Parts: sequence; C-alpha cells; structure tokens
Amino acid sequence: MSEVKYSKEHEWIKLDGEEATIGITKHATEMLGDIVFAELPEKGSNVDKDGTAGVVESTKAASDVYTPVSGEVIDTNQMIVDDPSKINEDPEESAWFFKLKIKDKSEMDTLMSKEEYEKFAKETSA
Amino acid sequence: MSIKKTSLNNLHIKYGAKLVEFAGYQMPIQYKDGIIQEHKYTRSHSGIFDVSHMGQLFISGGDDLTNDLEKIFPADLKKLKTNQSKYSFLMNNKGGIQDDLIITKTSDGFLIILNAACKYNDYEVIKSKLDNQYKLNLDESLSLIALQGPEAKNVLNKVIPGCDSLKFMNGNNYVYNNKKVYITRSGYTGEDGFEISIKNSDAETFVESLIENGSKLIGLGARDTLRMEAGLCLYGNDLDNDTSPIEANLKWAIPKSRIETEFVGSEVLKNQFQSGVKKLRVGIKPDSKVIARGNTKIYNDKNQEIGKVTSGTFGPSVEHPIAMGYVDNSYSTVNTKIFLEVRGKKIPANICNLPFYKKNYVKGEINV
Repeated sequence: MSEVKYSKEHEWIKLDGEEATIGITKHATEMLGDIVFAELPEKGSNVDKDGTAGVVESTKAASDVYTPVSGEVIDTNQMIVDDPSKINEDPEESAWFFKLKIKDKSEMDTLMSKEEYEKFAKETSA
Repeated sequence: MSIKKTSLNNLHIKYGAKLVEFAGYQMPIQYKDGIIQEHKYTRSHSGIFDVSHMGQLFISGGDDLTNDLEKIFPADLKKLKTNQSKYSFLMNNKGGIQDDLIITKTSDGFLIILNAACKYNDYEVIKSKLDNQYKLNLDESLSLIALQGPEAKNVLNKVIPGCDSLKFMNGNNYVYNNKKVYITRSGYTGEDGFEISIKNSDAETFVESLIENGSKLIGLGARDTLRMEAGLCLYGNDLDNDTSPIEANLKWAIPKSRIETEFVGSEVLKNQFQSGVKKLRVGIKPDSKVIARGNTKIYNDKNQEIGKVTSGTFGPSVEHPIAMGYVDNSYSTVNTKIFLEVRGKKIPANICNLPFYKKNYVKGEINV
C-alpha cells in the first residue's frame, strides 16, 4: 500500500517503493484560484528537499512549487502544462506535477499525515 | 485607520466573496465562480461591479467654474454638453499623472469620478486650486455600481426603464425607489455598460434586482483581467506621477483645442507634443504561455534593458498571456521583437496593438 504525506508548502507526495508522485493539494488550488500556467522541473534533473521544482500561476499571481523530498526527476505531467485548468479540477489525482526517484526515504518522516495536514491547512487559512 | 466597507459589504459576503483590502476598503477579489468564469460571464452576459470605493466629487457654483476647471484639467469642458462625459487627468507641474478620471457635466456643475486610492488627495489638490466660491462635495452617501456586458442594457432596462437610450459617454437622471439615481453609459471592461450612482441605502436592493434579472456579481480580479484585455490603464500600475498622458499613449484624451492653452502640466505636454517622448506605453504579447507581471524587465535582442512591464496577466477571453508596459520609444513599433525577464529567463515577446480584445461599446451614432 502506498503512503501519502503532505508538506507545509501544500504539496502532496505519494510513495510507491522508491518512486514518489508529487502534486499540490486541493486546499492549495482553492487558495490560488484559477490556475493558468504551470512550469515543471526538467526530466533527469536532481531536486533537493524544500527546493523550487516548478511554478504555478493563477490570474492573480505566481507561486513556486517546492519538492517535499530530494531525488531525481523521472517523469513530468505534460497534461497540466498543456491545460493548467486540470490542476483546479483534479489536483490530487490526474493533475500530478512530477515523479521522483527518491534519494532518502527518511525525509518522508518530516512530512505530515492527512489528518495533520488538514488541521494545519485549517489553522493557517483562518 | 480602520478598514472601510461599502454599502454592499453584506451582499458580497452573502454571495461568497473572497474579501481583500484595496485602497483602504474591504473589497471582493472574486466570488464563488472564480476570476475566469466571472470574466467570461461579463463578456457573454453581464456583470455587476461594486466600485463604491471610487470617489464621486461634485463641484458646483459660480459662472467661472468651467474656466477655472480648464486651468486644472486638459479637457475641453466648454464644449461639453450637459450629461456628457470625458476621460481626463489630474496632472502635476511636470505633466505626470496624479489621477485619471471621468468628468461629466451636470445641470449645476461637474461630477468627477476619481480612483479610490487617489480621491482624498485629489479633493485637496482640486480644492486648493479653485476659488472658495465653489462648492466641492466628495459624496460618500452614494454608492457606485457598474453593470457591464452585452446584456447590461437589457438587465438594467428591466430595473430602470428607459436607460438603454443613453449614448456612450453620456449620462442622465433616472428614478429608482422614488429616489434620483444618476446613470452614465461607460465602463472599464471593453464592453457596453453603465455606471449607476445611487444612494447607499438603496444599493443593496438595486443590486439584488439586477441579480434577479440574470446578472452576477464580479470581483476586482476579473475587473483587472477585463480592463487589461481592453487595453485600459490602472492608476498606480500603468499610470503614475512620473508618467505623462503622452507617454501613456493617451494623447487622444488631450483635445487639440487645449494644446496651446494653459493648465497644470501644459508646458511639459506642449513640449512632448512637439518633440516626442522617450518612453511609450505599448501592448505586449509573449510568444509562449509564460506570464510577465508588473515590474518585469524588458530587453532588446542585444540584451540591453529597454523598459518595464506595468501590468500583465492571462487573458481569459483571448486565452493567452497579455501585458502592457513602457519601452524606449524606438522599440514601440508593432511587431518589434522584445524579451521579458521572467524567473531569470529571457522570454521572447512582441510589441502589439491595444486592445487585446475588440471593444464592444455602443457608439453614439448607432442610437441617433
């Protein structure tokens, strides 16, 4: 069974063995509003935990996307580049951002569970 | 200073507005539908905008009022007929724009619509330049509601019959709830539309009746994307104290009859008319999907900085990023290749014509 965790920067990460899929949370999309642009990391590049790994822009503003763990980018989701509105529609499933071959599994321990994240999101948006 | 609320504040909350502070007021940035849907609804049907934060300055009294106001504003106020409106500027001595505004001639003077963030300063500046014999009233007992879009005339006509005969940039008095309302045919979206000046106590029921007739509340977010597509300036972004109307490519708003006359900033403007300007406001279309926001630096193909973006967003109706900004005059020709520095990369773009979205105003002649 895969493990899903959440970061304070409102990314979700789903781990299957050594492969992690990363996207932004529904709560994040609700705060951002209509997303009209997405930029993803280069396939084959290495990203460091909490480093910038993409950009999303709404009609109002640009926001960085951070990676919650370190690793090598093994895949990116061209669908959200071609149609960024998909991120608003299905942020936690089909509109994932990138996949990593993770470097250090213990980095997952620093992240929040679903319950912890929901509490965090509620408190920070209040 | 505590944050102010317009008379529609409860209505904004009722319709699910996300509220933000803007120019000292709590204003709706968007409602439940979001900016893109709100933008498109305005273009396809009609949208209601609470613009009550803007200033409504009434000036009256004295036979010399028109003359004296012409010493302040570069508009041809003598030619203005009662109920006719003109776009103009309050300038400083250097020809820089302190505010852009709409002046309407009323039966006993003038009504000037001012930007929210500028209104108190404008009031002081205008008062100091006028004789004490005139009465100035920055009337905060009135709300200002804009109704914009192709269906605006049909919606408004159901609530206030007869207003669809108004011509563009003209106004008149009407009656709503047994009280006087003043309506002009104008707007800030590139669509046909109206601005309704109404008593604060009547604003909420008036807006509810517009909603009952098919219109929807639209937030400041969509107001911004709509005006950008229409190529219209936002004071504080695209216009400021260091920019003249000529540099802002708003020469059309300075009538020829006024160029040789005196008004605040006239020397600088006359000079610029004769010798040209160094920088000019232009439309900018990025080649790719990258959005260049305000303050993005603009470069030429030799990597020399030639200007700055002042407004930029994604245009929901044109379905492409759009921007405007100022470039060195020699790069202002349409189709000139430029580069925008976004997140450290140089993004290719072209100078283009404004507006991005074709205007749909009802011209006076159509209704004659």
